[in-house]
Order: sequence, then C-alpha cells, then structure tokens
Amino acid sequence: MRELDAVDRQIIDKLQGEFPICSRPYAQVAERLGISEDDLLKRLESLLADKVLTRFGPMYQIERMGGAFVLAALAVPEARYDEVTALVNALPQVAHNYRREHALNMWFVLATETQSGIAEAVARIESDTGLPVYAFPKEREFFVEMKLEARV
Amino acid sequence: MDELDRALIVATQAGLPLVARPYAALAEQLTMSEDEVMARLQGLLNSGMIRRIGAVPNHYAIGWTANGMTVWDVADEQVDQLGALVGALPFVTHCYRRPRALPAWPYNLFAMVHGSSRDECSAKAEEIRALLGAACRGNDILYSTKILKKTGLRIGG
Repeated sequence: MRELDAVDRQIIDKLQGEFPICSRPYAQVAERLGISEDDLLKRLESLLADKVLTRFGPMYQIERMGGAFVLAALAVPEARYDEVTALVNALPQVAHNYRREHALNMWFVLATETQSGIAEAVARIESDTGLPVYAFPKEREFFVEMKLEARV
Repeated sequence: MDELDRALIVATQAGLPLVARPYAALAEQLTMSEDEVMARLQGLLNSGMIRRIGAVPNHYAIGWTANGMTVWDVADEQVDQLGALVGALPFVTHCYRRPRALPAWPYNLFAMVHGSSRDECSAKAEEIRALLGAACRGNDILYSTKILKKTGLRIGG
C-alpha cells in the first residue's frame, strides 16, 4: 500500500467536493494547497494509478435523471465465488460490489439509466449465475455523504 | 437533460481529464465550446444531477480499514423517525430504509459505519443501538472484506 505524505492527505481531504468549474480549475485548487498546478496533476495521476483514489470527477445522481440505484445481494457458494464475481462485475450496470461476511456474501449496487433497467439487470444476473438476487431498493434516504478524511 | 448533457455525462463518468484545462479538453472531444461545457456542468450541479465534483478515495487505502454495514430490524411505525436520528449521527455516511426480505432478511434500516478497526465500528453500532432502544428487535453488522468492483455509474455511449 502506498505511503501518503502530507500533501497527498491535503489533496484527499480538500478535494472530495467543490472542484471548481473554471478554465484552470487545477491551478486554482493547487494555489489553495500551496503547490504547483503541475504537481497537483501529477499527484492526482499517481493517486489514481496507486488506487488510493478510485475516481476523480463528477458524481452523478442518476435518480435525478429518471434512472435508479438499487442495492442487491447474493448468497454465493464459496466454491463459486470467483466465477460469480466475474459474471456480476461484467455487467456495466454494477457500479460497485463488495464481499461481506454473511450468508448473503456479495453486495452490489446496480445503477441504470431507466427504472426498468434494474429488473433487466437482476434477471440477467439470475440467469447468468443461477442464483436468486435479493434486491433492496431504498424506500427512504435519511442521509448520504461519503466523505472520509485520510487517516494514514 | 438533453442529448448534449448526456454526451457530457458519458464523457466524464469515468473521470475528468487530468490536464490544465479539463473543460476545454472535453469541449474539443464533444465539439462544444469550453464555456458551454462549464455552463452545462454547472447546470447539472445546480439541478442535483451531479452530487459533487471531486475525488473518490478508496477508503481502505486512506486508513479506514474496517467498514461495516449495520442493519436493524426496527418497528415499522418508528423507523422513519428513528432513521432520521441515525442518519444525523456524525459518523454515519449512508442511512436508508429498505424493504425486508423475510425470512432470510428481517432488517429494514441500513447505516454504514467506518473505522480503523472492527472495535471502532462496533462501538459506533452500539451508539446506534442505544438510540434505537426498544424499537429495535434485532441487528447485525456486515463487514466488507474485499472491494470486488468500484467504478461508479456507467451509462452507454
């Protein structure tokens, strides 16, 4: 795992939102951080390459565009775990997927451009894997803000 | 949202270009002006179609190595009021009401907690439990042990 230095931590903590929309946004952020534009671009590139960051850009809220996000789970037999992971991850509708410790041991989020896209993705996963999909659409959102400061 | 907005989403869903003028680079790719790209992104942000623009960290890599999905079976008539309180706890990053899937899955309230250790997560789960009180009839915490995929939204081009 990559060791983070103080500048990396600043970038991670200060850049989880409010990236400016202006002609030279990296220059503007770099100035605030006290580094050069070039240094910021190089560090972002390496933080992405080292998978400290998984993405850098706009986070779209597909529900506001008529689409849907749905959390879903599978109970995958241990002997088939890698095979089923490959089948599930192959779908572009699977936005993220986590292994969790439970009888339902694979939890993924489906993101589709239309409401009906969810049922299609669920049906596809069920037919590809032969396993029943448990879908947990949100009925109410109480809070979402995934911002965690660097702790290392 | 029109076709050009959609083209902009497809062009940026994997990330912004890492060049000095990222919006100009997108403009060139989409045959728009830099000003139009910026105006459209600002419009998507204002309307909530973009939640935020920035970095998505791999939380394991930045020290949050214990990530628990806490799940709770809360009496239906109290779940909305209590869910709002749980969501307001400073350490909860996501909180939703979802349907049960009986008999396999009795839980209707989901709250994500994070820590540097499982002990830290279970202490946070205890705080949630205390808040829910007698309305909570059962609970569990599902730790993630591996990120299998984390690409985010991908719509077709």
